[in-house]
Order: sequence, then structure tokens, then C-alpha cells
Amino acid sequence: MAYSYKLIEAKTLGSTAASITFNSIPQTYTDLNVLCSIRGSTNGDGIYVQFNGNTSSYSVRQLFGDGSSVASNTPGQTNYGTIGYTTTVTSNTFGNLSIYVPNYTSSNNKSYSADSVQEANQTQAYMNLVAGLWSNSSAITSLTIACQVGNLETNSTFYLYGIKSS
Amino acid sequence: MPTKLIINCETGEQTEVELTAEEVAQREADAAAYATQKAEQDAAEAAKAAAKASAEAKLAKLGLTAEEISAL
Repeated sequence: MAYSYKLIEAKTLGSTAASITFNSIPQTYTDLNVLCSIRGSTNGDGIYVQFNGNTSSYSVRQLFGDGSSVASNTPGQTNYGTIGYTTTVTSNTFGNLSIYVPNYTSSNNKSYSADSVQEANQTQAYMNLVAGLWSNSSAITSLTIACQVGNLETNSTFYLYGIKSS
Repeated sequence: MPTKLIINCETGEQTEVELTAEEVAQREADAAAYATQKAEQDAAEAAKAAAKASAEAKLAKLGLTAEEISAL
């Protein structure tokens, strides 16, 4: 039976932060999964991921559902991978986000996926599916999550899981 | 000064570090680039919605019902 979902680290922010970084990630799993409950300080802000502190070679395709239509997007930024969006429309409400990184120790380029949803008491609340690529052959030892404009708010929560394939 | 939180997964040690001036500058540049991209995206979506509404209005003037227009 697969050795699934071993919690590596968990953190609930006690104060606002520009970013959160998990470093010295154990190289003993097959895949990584980060589950997040995030509120940003800025409405409509992008949430992004970076690996190993690297600021190049990211590419992303996004699919959206916004409550009334569907759309797709290709963000132009290559210095990080956009994985979701914040909303501050409803007070004290956090969006949800999952990032999956298969084969994070391999010497091939790294694919990843992200599945996120804003939570808002209105019609428009984006659901966002992301296919991402980090064109870098280094094993992932560090993973950073941040907002593009504002900060991660207090009580945003992050769980990093390691998953083995056997 | 904004801070970043670093968690060492081997030791569990958590460190809160102030962003360097270089990191703040990069963050501001990223924010500006993101704002530009988002404005372009919003404008494109608004233009598409306006074109759709205009086309539907013209079709209605030609005598198509709302049901016929939505069937196109």
C-alpha cells in the first residue's frame, strides 16, 4: 500500500507575511502536496509559487470558472508560477488552494498543478485550475508561496505533505 | 518592512526575516507587472463582453428571438 500523505510541516500564520517558504524539504518522497487556506491583504491579488528560490523558467496555463462564465489565461510572468487568486470581498473568509508537485526529486523539468477557489458571498468567485511547468532539472528542496502585490494575512494556513508511490 | 517566514522542514525551526531592499524592489516590480497584465486581461474580457452584447442587440434588431440568439 502506498505510503500516502505524510505531513511534513504545518503552519498557521500568527502575523501577516510577504511569503512562506518551506526549505530543506526531505528528498525521501515521490510527490509533494501543499494544502492552503489563504486570505490576502489585497483584493484580486495573484498567489504564486517559486521553487528553490529560483526566479526564472516558469510557465503556466489557467482555466477559470467565475460563477457566470468560463475562460482561460496564459500569464506572461516567467519569474514565478501563478497558482490562484485572493479575494477580500467577504470579511474573515479564506480561499482554498492545493498545489501538487509530482516527482519533485527527479532530474527532469518539474510539472505541477494547482486547484484553487476563492470564497465569497457573491456570484463571482473564481475557481482556477493551473497546469504549470518549472523548466529546471534541479530537485526541489524549497517551496515558496506568496502574493504578487499584498501580504498573506494572519491565520492563513499551510500544510506540506509528502507522498510516496510505493 | 514586510517579512518572510522560512520553515526548515528538517529541524522545524521557523524564522521570520525582513525583506531586503532588493527583495522589496523585486516585489514592487512584480506588482507593477502583475497590475499591467491584469488590466490588459480585464480590458480584453470587457471588450469581449461588449462585442457579445452588441452582436446580440444587432441580431435582435434583425428579428431573432432571445432563444434563437442563444442557440447560435
